[in-house]
Order: sequence, then C-alpha cells, then structure tokens
Amino acid sequence: MAEEKEILLMKGNEAIAHAAIRCGCDGYFGYPITPQSEVLETLALLKPWETTGMVVLQAESEVASINMLYGGGGSGKRVMTSSSSPGVALMQEGIAYMAGAEVPGLIVNVQRGGPGLGTIQPSQSDYNQATRGGGNGDYHVIVLAPNSVQEMADFVDLGFELAFRYRNPAMILSDGVIGQMMEKVILPPLKPRRTNEQIYEECPWAANGHGLKKRGPNVITSLELESAAMEKRNLHLQKKYAECEEKEVRFEEQYCEDADYIIVAFGSASRISQKAMDNMREQGLKVGLFRPITLWPFPSKELKRLSEKVKGMLVVEINAGMMVFDVQAAVEYSIPVQHFGRLGGIVPDPDEIVQAMEKLRKVAK
Amino acid sequence: MKEEIIIAGFGGQGVLSMGKILAYAGLMEGKEVTWMPAYGPEQRGGTANVTVIISDEKISSPILSQYDTAILLNQPSLDKFQPKVKVGGTIIYDSFGIIEKPKREDINNFCLDAMNTAAEMKLMKTFNMMVLGGFLKLHPIVSIESVMKALKKSLPERHWDLLPMNEQAILKGMEIIHKQ
Repeated sequence: MAEEKEILLMKGNEAIAHAAIRCGCDGYFGYPITPQSEVLETLALLKPWETTGMVVLQAESEVASINMLYGGGGSGKRVMTSSSSPGVALMQEGIAYMAGAEVPGLIVNVQRGGPGLGTIQPSQSDYNQATRGGGNGDYHVIVLAPNSVQEMADFVDLGFELAFRYRNPAMILSDGVIGQMMEKVILPPLKPRRTNEQIYEECPWAANGHGLKKRGPNVITSLELESAAMEKRNLHLQKKYAECEEKEVRFEEQYCEDADYIIVAFGSASRISQKAMDNMREQGLKVGLFRPITLWPFPSKELKRLSEKVKGMLVVEINAGMMVFDVQAAVEYSIPVQHFGRLGGIVPDPDEIVQAMEKLRKVAK
Repeated sequence: MKEEIIIAGFGGQGVLSMGKILAYAGLMEGKEVTWMPAYGPEQRGGTANVTVIISDEKISSPILSQYDTAILLNQPSLDKFQPKVKVGGTIIYDSFGIIEKPKREDINNFCLDAMNTAAEMKLMKTFNMMVLGGFLKLHPIVSIESVMKALKKSLPERHWDLLPMNEQAILKGMEIIHKQ
C-alpha cells in the first residue's frame, strides 16, 4: 500500500479503487464496463479483503450490484458500486429504492456516449439522469463531479460522508476522460473501517440484527400502502433535500471577479474550458470559469449573483445541452446563456470553445 | 517549461507506455503531468495515441487542439497530426512505414530509423525507448536518470534485467536522430 503523502501517477479509475480501500469502504459490488473497468481490476489487484477486510465482488449484473448496495447500505455499511452509462441506467430502479428507503451508498458513473449502448468514449450526457433522480418518484441523488484524478480520490470519502449524513445515495459523476487519464495524486489518509459497535451507534436506523430487544426491528423499505403516510414520507424527503441544498453546494470560480463572460462547465469539460479561458485571457478577453462541483444540489444562487455583473454565459458540456437549462433558470433568463457541446463520445478541444465564445459575444454585448 | 506532446502509431508499438514512462519521469522531477490515451478500439491493432503534457505549472486541459511536439510512428498518424503541430514545433517520425514525409516548412522535422536499428541490434522490444531517446536528445525536458527511475518503477521486479537494454536503446535513439 502506498505511503502517506506519496505522490503517485495513476488513472482516475485506479484512484477511485485506492481511495475506496483507504477511506474504510466495507464492500464494493460491480460489473465490468468500459471505460471504468479499472476500478474493479485495481480492487482485485489490491486484494483489500486480505488487509482491511473490505469485500470486493463481481456481481452477475449491474442490477444485482445496486441491490447488493441496497442490502449493504441498509445494514449501515459503507458500500459502493461503479459502472458506466448503460450500466448506471440499469441501476436506476435500485437507486430509487435506496432514496425511498433512505439507504446510503456510493455510485460511481464514469460516463460514456449514449443513448443505449452508445460508444465507449467520454461523454457527459447522463447529467439529467443523475441530477433528476433517474428512477421513479420525487427524489434526488447527491451528485459530485470531479475534474481531476485527485478529486476522483478525494470524492470517495466525501461521497460516503454525504451519503450517511443525509441517508441518501450519493454519486460521483465522472467521465471517460477523468477515468482514463493519468495524473498526479496523493491518496487520502488511511481510515479504518467502522466497527460493528460504531455502526450500531451511528446508524440506529440500520437493519443489522442489533438492538431488536430494545426498540424492535428496523424495517428498510420504500413501500407504503397508505398514501397519507407516503405523502408524509415524501415531505420528510423534501425537507432533507432542502437542507442539503442549503448546506452542501460546492463550486469553484476562476477569474470570475473581473469577467465580462463566464464559461460554466463541470468535470472534464471544465478542464478543457480552462485552457480555452487561458487562451482568451491572453488575447485580452475577460473570461472567467465557474465550475459546479455538486451538480445536485446546484449552485444556482452563486450563478445568479455572477449574472448581475457579466454580459453572458457559455455552458460547455459534452452533451446536447442539459446543464444549460439549470444555468438559464438560475440566472432567471436575465442574460444570454448559450450551450456548446459535442456528442456521442467526441470530446471538444479548446479551440472549439473559443469559437463558441465568439458566437456568444455577438449576441451578448 | 511546458511541453505538449502527442505520441501516435500502431497499437502494439509501445506508444502508450512510451508516454507513461515520459510522464512518470516528469513526476520524478516534481513536474506537473497528464497522460491522456485514446482508449478506444485503437488499442487492438488500429492507430493508438496518447497526449502527454509536462509542465512546471498546473495543467488545465489534458486534451489539446495543438501540440509542441508530435511523435508519429505510422502514416495515418502523420497525416492526422501534422496539421496540429504548432508553428515552430517539432515532428519526430520513424522512417519505417512512412511513405509521405512531413511537408510543413514552418516546423522542425526530425527522423530516426528506430525500427530497423532496433531490429539490427535485436532490441525490438525497446523500439519505443529508442524513439523516446531521440525525443529527449532534441528536448531534454527530463533527464535520462529520471527515465530510468521511471522504468524501474513501472516494470515489475522480475523484468529489471531488461533495464540495461532499455538504457542502451535510449542512448542509441539519441545518436541516430537527425534532421529530415
């Protein structure tokens, strides 16, 4: 195992696997799919069941993986799965069950181009699926969007923390670029897995056979036959989501203070946009970059504040236009907001973003 | 210092691992690095490529529109990336399998006969390190010592006997690279 603070070179997918072991994950359940197979491969190589006791299991399908998460999370364990777009599509029913039954768990989506089986190249076209819940019913998943290998490592622990704090599934929404790219990374400090006693203490709601005599059985279910009781449960969820929106918004700003125009981008698109911004700044154009780190909850207030002093915003995402609607709503349609993206696994290069900005500048003077 | 490099060739030529060793060597010297492969079906026989960036400062995009240096090991790669080299930039190609040499006059074109030399020296497996040697002769952005350290770090211990062979290939590459 790597030493503390050692700087390593690895892929984003590998960083996820290392981080999972280091932050006390109890179990990983997954099924291979490009471009995220290195997560499962790396875990198999590292054999954490021999060190921390973490379970690593290749399930028979993505549907099985997510339901193993439902069971593991329901017993208060830190459990995770990873997949890519078509696999995550299969998981949506299980994620909705988890949200409905308030079961924590971490899902990693290393996105590829769709729809359907699509392609194996990078994409961000699961934005709507991730931020709107994806399955049935009124629910949200807490969505973190890393833009570096370092954040791939850091967001595993953060994802678990948020999932348990809000008793809700959390997702790392990554893509083929961040998953396959190698960069420097310092792995998070080693944190032991929680003992059963700690779990009993921290998760009194969990169904793990403990505390039966004292308080009777805990029931983990999303089913409620009485609609009045179901509305009550929904209102409770909504209250929880409101609190999450209040407290957990995360974002990053670059050169936004003096900017005339702002690029809004997340994940790999934000890295490419940064280069485009640097190039435009060299030409004397005052461009800033706003990067939502949590895609849900979305940093609407911050965008609204910025919209009051800029002429326009360019939303760069590797899809046909999804986050752009959240940005338009956030700024209350007060300034021109345009979208630029490439589809089906094609990743835009910095020059294309510069050209898209020229187009925006013609309408937003 | 910032160098933005594309390395492209046939799958199996060691394009991705050459990039990895270069990135690793950069890391050894405390530089910022990114390594971004084309990870598609290219790996299984088609054209493979990898973008490597080595810089003193934090790197923004791992994906680029233009490159300082293009190391091109087959004709389709040369055709694809020649137009994307910055003015004043560098193309390095292996003469084996190149039918149409680079034509641009606003860049520096260098050539090395690594494929044939490696075959003659019975160092075929180190072909990619020979090409890397040629690159480092022109742009010594990392030291040979760091490259050797990187090799040692990325090769399993049972293959450490291959290290001297790799060093030999790097030095040979430095020797045989020449202006087109």
